[in-house]
Amino acid sequence: MTVRLIPRLDIKGPNLVKGIHLEGLRVLGKPERFARDYYEQGADELLYMDVVASLYGRNSLIDIIARTSAEIFIPLTVGGGLRTLEDIRAVLRAGADKVALNTAAIHRPALIREAAQRFGSSTIVVSIEAIRRPDGGYEAYTDNGREATGLDAFDWALRAVELGAGELLVTSIDREGTGQGFDVALTRRIAQAAPIPVIACGGAGRPDHVLDVIRQGEADAVCVASILHYERVRAWQHTGDQFEEGNTEYLRSKRGLSTIQDTPLPDLKAWLAAQGIDCRQEREIAHG
Amino acid sequence: MDDAPVRAAILDYGMGNLFSVKHACERAGMRARITADKPEVLGADVVILPGVGAFGDAMEALRRLDLVAVLRDVAASDALLVGICLGMQLLMTESAEFGRHHGLDLIPGDVRRLERGAGAARVKVPQVGWNHVDPAPGRSWSGSWLDGVPPGACFYFVHSFYVRPIEASVVTSTTAYGSGAWCSSLQRGRILACQFHPERSGRHGLQLYRNVARLAGCGTTRPWLKAQG
Repeated sequence: MTVRLIPRLDIKGPNLVKGIHLEGLRVLGKPERFARDYYEQGADELLYMDVVASLYGRNSLIDIIARTSAEIFIPLTVGGGLRTLEDIRAVLRAGADKVALNTAAIHRPALIREAAQRFGSSTIVVSIEAIRRPDGGYEAYTDNGREATGLDAFDWALRAVELGAGELLVTSIDREGTGQGFDVALTRRIAQAAPIPVIACGGAGRPDHVLDVIRQGEADAVCVASILHYERVRAWQHTGDQFEEGNTEYLRSKRGLSTIQDTPLPDLKAWLAAQGIDCRQEREIAHG
Repeated sequence: MDDAPVRAAILDYGMGNLFSVKHACERAGMRARITADKPEVLGADVVILPGVGAFGDAMEALRRLDLVAVLRDVAASDALLVGICLGMQLLMTESAEFGRHHGLDLIPGDVRRLERGAGAARVKVPQVGWNHVDPAPGRSWSGSWLDGVPPGACFYFVHSFYVRPIEASVVTSTTAYGSGAWCSSLQRGRILACQFHPERSGRHGLQLYRNVARLAGCGTTRPWLKAQG
């Protein structure tokens, strides 16, 4: 069994965006294009997270899913703003393989059970967005880390398992987008207690951060974003092959990116393999 | 074999994501339809039985849609029948998933739950992710529906159960997880099945779809197929 590396693509309307602590979103470009590149570079799975999740953006998300699903042949998980069984059905019909639930599941935990019964447990990923408390505990947040719930993240994780979650996506809001490394303690605590796979998310700035959350955090899968995205943007910029929508001023100023070490997926996987981690070493051909 | 595209019918019985299966069929040059229409299923060159979810619910859905006899007819015909994930498990005689359930009984054998194991060998169930697929002992993939796939290649799995065919000769590949090495794909005459999701397993998975398209065009005149059947 290999450890999965999952590029996380945060989506706002038609665009791929990236923030820090899930805020201050910068537009990077068209998500389908990043998705195709990551597929070709050997991504094990893709995660699309609709970070605004407005009703207005729904149709554009469905279109993005449909276009992506037709040309990448790896699993695609979609989250953000899914409130009902009908919402879930719509993204699955568009070509998603799994859905990630957070806000709606916290407001009405029975949604997890209903969705697992209807679509199969393995289709339901419960997303836990956690912020560390001063006392060392963790609190679950909703709405992309904006709303506190008073729920203990660890208790909520185990409850989600009982209700039928197939996987847990555990995001440290404290670390997200910072490039300062994963919250290894948070990941380990949940991964050791949960009988289902745990995907660690938030904080990858260098390859050794990924190694740490696999070895010490016992993550079954790892989400990465900044270390891939900015490299792609720079590579396309270099070839003059750039989309007009993106505000790329930050790339020139390098503001806020000093902790991010550009690491293309094949390099990351080769390095992990050299450290003794079993991960899939494949390149794909998008139109092969 | 003529120039008309191979017609694939993806059985729609309300279980699982069928769209990725359809995309993969089309990428392999087949004309794919998601359907539960009996004449359409019986007229196809390839019938794909996908599925995600519980064994009992799936058999119930097949019975409700009156598709059990249709699948048996497909299995007795020259068409290829391809079971994927839960669809593979449904081909077996019976399953012990949440009580005892009868399957389609097209492949003699049963369905068992993955064991979590203990200590350092402990694993998570369901298995979710990419795992290595190896030729069954003494078996070559040359000429089989895994032709062209490098031994040990990774495929994407999502499951808590696995199949145990009685005839060892039908097992094309094994994969190790939890309960030792178990059957991850099989081939018995015109019936093909895999526990992994080839439509979500990158280029090696697409190779399987291309092999299916090729085998569908070959009819039953291929001696190696007869020898196995």
